[in-house]
Amino acid sequence: MRNSRSLSIGTGLFIVLGFAALLFLTTQTTNRGIVFGSKPHYDVTAKFDNIGDLRVGAPVSMAGVEIGRVVSISFDSKDYKAVVVMRIGEQYNQIPSDSDASIYTQGLLGGKFVGLTAGGAETYLKNNDHIDFTQSALVLENLIGQLVANFAKTPAASDSGQAKANPPATPEKTK
Amino acid sequence: MSGFKRLWSSLIDNIARLGDITRFLLRLLIATPASLLRFDLVLEQVYNAGVLSLIIVMLSGLFVGMVLGLQGFQLLQRFGSEEALGTATAIGLVKELGPVVTALLFAGRAGTALASEIGLMRATDQLSAMEMMAVDPVRRVVVPRFLGGVIAMPLLAAIFSMIGLYGAQLIGVQIMGIDSGSFWSQMRGGVALADVNQGIVKSLIFGVACSLIAVYEGYNASPTAEGVGQATTRTVVTSAVMTLFLDYLITAMFL
Repeated sequence: MRNSRSLSIGTGLFIVLGFAALLFLTTQTTNRGIVFGSKPHYDVTAKFDNIGDLRVGAPVSMAGVEIGRVVSISFDSKDYKAVVVMRIGEQYNQIPSDSDASIYTQGLLGGKFVGLTAGGAETYLKNNDHIDFTQSALVLENLIGQLVANFAKTPAASDSGQAKANPPATPEKTK
Repeated sequence: MSGFKRLWSSLIDNIARLGDITRFLLRLLIATPASLLRFDLVLEQVYNAGVLSLIIVMLSGLFVGMVLGLQGFQLLQRFGSEEALGTATAIGLVKELGPVVTALLFAGRAGTALASEIGLMRATDQLSAMEMMAVDPVRRVVVPRFLGGVIAMPLLAAIFSMIGLYGAQLIGVQIMGIDSGSFWSQMRGGVALADVNQGIVKSLIFGVACSLIAVYEGYNASPTAEGVGQATTRTVVTSAVMTLFLDYLITAMFL
């Protein structure tokens, strides 16, 4: 027979390790991390015309350093803007109140994040303050749409009726 | 004509087997509350199914993770987004490879042990002896082994995924030089809790399926040396096929 005490210890260790792995997977690989005794922080709000696919949990960074996270995204039906609430760590409490917030993309295929750029005011952002200067996300479809529209102007004109719109387009192309 | 007949009878046989397995599962579930009172028996089987499979699961997890790290890095490098390696390996491990590979290993390591143990008990008339002593062998022998497997399997899958992630991190961050911050933070941004839950549900269902098949085959083995061998083989084959089939089904359901 196996020694029953070492059997119990082995089983107990296995169960502890298993649940530790489950806890690790649920908290460390997702953005639902459990913050033990949540760190001191303050919330700042910003309104954007278009947030693209910014999601709750996206990082808020300043000069490339993560200083907080997006905690909620809602829609303001009065002025048709997206309201983004950012939770910023208390140690970064010296952000000028006229700083501006922009939405950027991480890499080519990465997710969206909010980047703050410091302003020059003497006063600092406090809890529940608003950031007034914002810049929307670059929506790839709109960019491509503009690009296509720009391209379409010249060749389309040369294809259909050269006489009508800008004739220099044709010699330009044949050169 | 005889070929068709044989095909037909084998189809009927397999349907009958499926029905038998389902009835066996119901029998196990009815006996479960009584077996939970003798929890030390279940715990001993958690040791047999879980602790003894730990080494092979951890080793396999490490190597699977390292391979994912290498292959993923090569692929993502083409698009200049190596930082997405964390997300790619985490989703691959947590949703698919963790539960599936662990279930296959589990069927090979613990399932065969269960089937041959119960099959040998049948062959050496130990189960009949228990019946003679008015001890229900299902309650005393089969259910604890089944429950042990069901408890051990999700934990093993979680350990597999965790070790695999560190294996991928070892390749990606330590050797290939991806920034460790972006490896983990992109993973946190890209993996949703629903992905992890999907993996847990999968591993739980695979655990039930593999343990059930193992104890069923063992319990119904022909009481000969050959019968026990066949039961063990059938356990591995059926478990592997069922795992992959259920995997497709669950994935389609979650989408």
